[in-house]
Amino acid sequence: MKILVCVSKTPDTTSKIAFTDGNTKFDENGVQWIINPYDEWYSLVRAIELKEKDPATIVHLVTVGGADTEPIIRKALALGGDEAIRINTDNSDSYYIAAQIAAIAKDGYDLVFTGKETIDYNGSSIGGMIAEMMDAPYISLATKFELNGTTATVTREIEGGEEIAEVALPAVVSCQKGVAEQRIPNMRGIMAARTKPLKVVEPVAADALTAIVSFEMPPAKAGVKLVSPDNVAELVKLLHEEAKAI
Amino acid sequence: MSVLIFVDQSEGHIKKASFEALTYGVKVAEQLGTTAEALVLGSVSDDLASLGKYGVKKVHQVNNASLNQLDAQVYAKVIAEAATQSGANVVVFSHNQTGKAVAARVAVRLKAGLVAGACALPDTGNGFVVRKTVFSGKAFANVSITSAVKVISLNPNSYTTIASEGTAEVNQLSIAVDTPKVKVTAVNKVSGEVPLTEAEIVVSGGRGLKGPENWGILLDLAKELGAATACSRPVGDAHWRPHHEHVGQTGVQVAPNLYIAIGISGAIQHLAGVNRSKVIVVINKDPEAPFFKAADYGIVGDAFEVVPKLTEEIKKLKAK
Repeated sequence: MKILVCVSKTPDTTSKIAFTDGNTKFDENGVQWIINPYDEWYSLVRAIELKEKDPATIVHLVTVGGADTEPIIRKALALGGDEAIRINTDNSDSYYIAAQIAAIAKDGYDLVFTGKETIDYNGSSIGGMIAEMMDAPYISLATKFELNGTTATVTREIEGGEEIAEVALPAVVSCQKGVAEQRIPNMRGIMAARTKPLKVVEPVAADALTAIVSFEMPPAKAGVKLVSPDNVAELVKLLHEEAKAI
Repeated sequence: MSVLIFVDQSEGHIKKASFEALTYGVKVAEQLGTTAEALVLGSVSDDLASLGKYGVKKVHQVNNASLNQLDAQVYAKVIAEAATQSGANVVVFSHNQTGKAVAARVAVRLKAGLVAGACALPDTGNGFVVRKTVFSGKAFANVSITSAVKVISLNPNSYTTIASEGTAEVNQLSIAVDTPKVKVTAVNKVSGEVPLTEAEIVVSGGRGLKGPENWGILLDLAKELGAATACSRPVGDAHWRPHHEHVGQTGVQVAPNLYIAIGISGAIQHLAGVNRSKVIVVINKDPEAPFFKAADYGIVGDAFEVVPKLTEEIKKLKAK
């Protein structure tokens, strides 16, 4: 079993979001970078669990980004995985990125894990694109993942509930809460990660079909209108007459 | 040239998010000076001709039993083929669970640039630029699509549905449907519950409620308002509530008309999941709770006293 786990670098969830260069670039000043939580907590940990169950399993990590993503990929390797591949490009178009990962994924991987989305661009698109490029099935928004030989049983989120689906590998699965429990890397893992192979490959030829023109911040709130706890009727009146929300 | 809108259905009923996508797609077509058509997959019990009231003239249906369950690979092939047959240069999805599974695949098949999570009409004045939410709702990005064919998936609850009079022509499309490789073996739906991402009103609880046994007051309020229920991350992590109710940066992102937060302090990660809500009400006994800064209305008080009163007052309002 060969598993490819897609790992992305994202700003920490507590980061202040600001932009520079006339609102065309994300302001990286003072930003802490982390492994995208969905990639780290769920897809990576689940892949590691599968390897713990069956030591013959090979787990490779892949990331798309410049040299500045290496600390993140080392951190991911500290949790587990045999080796990592970094595709050396800064392009942010999802089609271009998916084409890069698909080029790797076609190299004999049975299973490709992605997070449900990255917490910066929230596209939820890369997994589906990779699957289409591989001509493989895609199960999105998984909350549970079990492997029985070469068939996977996946529970996925649907509106107002969940669905259990079976799929023969190879397949692409996007993971979210429920698939695994977050782990903290231990010292042994951190030491081991230092010497694990981190291959850098140059991107394959692919088109970028979108480009970010500019960023904007949402308009600021006017400020909270406080109502006394003894006058709940007033709140209902405001919600009904002023906000027209009920 | 035309706009094709994918209409999502579940158990034969068209989802609310699809009405938003229809309204949006029709507007896009108007902007481009072209027509909008809809596409429905599988068997549907709702009246498809009535989708004309959202402004589409034609509704295509591929009525094949294999399409009653979602296999993204099978869906994508059919949708891309329908888009090609109808000469669509813009394909619109809702960015709901189905859209998230399928839109990206369709984009690859059509070699189309994708904006996933759009929240406004495209700016077609100079190119084709679509606004989307980024950083989990903390900001917007304006994204230019440079390919000939464009795919947009629209965030649920970010575009108001407009319905008027109108009937659409229903056209049966014959497109070959592959055998699904994904086999759905069980569907567990919580019946009678309002789906969180589609809800107009969301009532959400945090650690301030002290334990799962205290959720009754929140459920009563939600029931009275016809609201969906949600919770903060610590509540989901502690299994006080099912984790699909967890709203926030690493949970579900919602954009209802009204979000009522009870006993939630308002950590930045939680705010990221709710700050696209139109009106936010915060009930918290700590006046310093950061959530008040993001709220429209607030009550500094004990949830166990305030919430039952609120339910009573809403009952009174509805009785009027």
